[in-house]
Amino acid sequence: MKPLLSIEGLTVELSTRDRTFEAVSDLTFGVSRNEVLALVGESGSGKSMTAMAIMRLLPEPVAEIVSGRIMFDGIDLASAGEATLRGIRGNRIGLIFQEPMTSLNPSIRVGPQVAEVLRLHKGLDADAARRRVEELFEQVRIPDPRRRYDDYPHQMSGGMRQRVVIALALACDPDVLIADEPTTALDVTTQAQILETFRDLQASVGAATILITHDLAVVAETADRVAVMYAGRIVEETTTERLFAAPRHPYTHGLLGSIPHVAEAGEAGVRERLPEIEGTVPALWALPPGCAFAPRCPRAGERCATERPPLADIEPGHRAACWYPVEAAA
Amino acid sequence: MTSLLAVEGISKRFTVSRGMGGGTATVHAVDDVSFSIAAGETLGLVGESGCGKSTVGKMIVRLLEPDEGRILLDGADVTHASYRAMRPLRRKVQMIFQDPNGSLDPRQRAGDIVEEPLIVHGLGNAAERRRRVADLFARVGLRPDQMGNVPSKFSGGQRQRLAIARALALQPSLIVADEPVSALDVSIQAQVVNLMSDIQKEFGLAYLFVAHDLGVVQHISDRVAVMYLGRIVEIGDTAVVYHRPSHPYTRTLMEAVPRPDPARRHSRVRVPRGEVPSPLNPPPGCTFHPRCPIATDICRRERPLLRRVASGAQAACHHAE
Repeated sequence: MKPLLSIEGLTVELSTRDRTFEAVSDLTFGVSRNEVLALVGESGSGKSMTAMAIMRLLPEPVAEIVSGRIMFDGIDLASAGEATLRGIRGNRIGLIFQEPMTSLNPSIRVGPQVAEVLRLHKGLDADAARRRVEELFEQVRIPDPRRRYDDYPHQMSGGMRQRVVIALALACDPDVLIADEPTTALDVTTQAQILETFRDLQASVGAATILITHDLAVVAETADRVAVMYAGRIVEETTTERLFAAPRHPYTHGLLGSIPHVAEAGEAGVRERLPEIEGTVPALWALPPGCAFAPRCPRAGERCATERPPLADIEPGHRAACWYPVEAAA
Repeated sequence: MTSLLAVEGISKRFTVSRGMGGGTATVHAVDDVSFSIAAGETLGLVGESGCGKSTVGKMIVRLLEPDEGRILLDGADVTHASYRAMRPLRRKVQMIFQDPNGSLDPRQRAGDIVEEPLIVHGLGNAAERRRRVADLFARVGLRPDQMGNVPSKFSGGQRQRLAIARALALQPSLIVADEPVSALDVSIQAQVVNLMSDIQKEFGLAYLFVAHDLGVVQHISDRVAVMYLGRIVEIGDTAVVYHRPSHPYTRTLMEAVPRPDPARRHSRVRVPRGEVPSPLNPPPGCTFHPRCPIATDICRRERPLLRRVASGAQAACHHAE
């Protein structure tokens, strides 16, 4: 299927007082209707920078798109003007951030905040907007939506505020949804509730969704496809099932092995030494000439130090950027 | 056998402002909590934000004083020991924090950070201290040439190694670790968890490991205590609490944890209901009853006490078998 949103060779440069370097390098991926693509990575991997670039919310001129296209419905968002972008952001592309208060105005009651978006983008009158907001609050499972309509954000719990943000993101029936660490700030029981709501609503709206997270368990519970990022590049991309069953890039393989997940009864491995990935994430301004993961990689050979492996199909539907990928499990 | 640490019925109340003419209110951050830790043992303390787990850790290192209850270290009551009397005891109990940035002086050199507790406690002469600092650096996986660097020159993982070296300097028997890996990148967490396990074996350390990450806690803990709204609702051997939870809240918590297994996605039995009530106005009886699938009348009236249940753990639930 043709992707609804496709990113082609996107490169984002960051400039600090001392140096200029690429935070996102030559990124190419697409996401289709009804699909959830997870962008996973650690801090500095470029995953959030990618989301900001797609929304054209980069803090320019500190961070700038220097090359590449972001194609959405025939429009290149990378070069679109502010007027075009205003008509798309929050309307055809919905946004959910980690911290709900990034999206909510603390001095305006939550109901009217969501209603405002509907009046602005959809031209609804006050009554129609209010009715629609109450429906949305019901959909995101805010209990007693009529009463909560007049709450200020501070009167709600973190979980409820994140539900309001989801309602806000979905208000205009967006074609694309971008969720940046939507449950990271929440406790585990609240996270389970929000993920369930998110999954159900994403499925019913059918939006092409990019989920940005560092949490592989959240990916396993939510995404259809996964792109793993390391030091500004995608190093592996495939379906969620495939990635967890047979990771091919040594970084993905190491990462999956090193996380102490809650073991099921009878499962082996508890209390043994955890497999480690050696070393630390390299600074983006001091990357090695070859593969950025090579200095930490147990499989690295000479070629890895000098020549960067391209992101290429290593089997149908499975891309990896590695000269010596991990063997596929039988 | 005397426990290394025995905590008996400690409570901590905070007075908070209700804001805008609402006066003040009292929060029972920790309410009648008891547990013990044996030498060389790890007790994991888990629960969601606001459950009081960090407050418990702070009372044990005496960053906070309990309002009620007793804390015994090697059988000696240290609950209200004066600063002077605390000194020898401080050597036995050290703390590691979530954010090493907040606990390391940014202007101090790494070597001096590790040496400082030795100076404060008058241990060794200058040459002996330098040797000890070098040993500690090597033990936690830092290079000797890093001793002259300030903390900002270190990565997050290395800063946590530095905090561990400082905690080890006085050869403590107990380390209270408050979310020691949760600020670290995923690929670095395993390194620090392994380091903590290694030094535990080597020095016979006991840990109170306070964390919200149930996977990490399961990995490192011999026993686990689960807190909800200031109280321990279940405590027992790790495998028992994780695989045969007796308290409905423990079950809810364990079921809510996302697993890195896509095949399991559609098999979730149930999503927890409701939210944690405000600690300003906790429900009467069992504080979990408004969210509990098996609550009955008695749960709304009477606070359940921790008692031994069939699994071998202790649970505070009227209906646990």
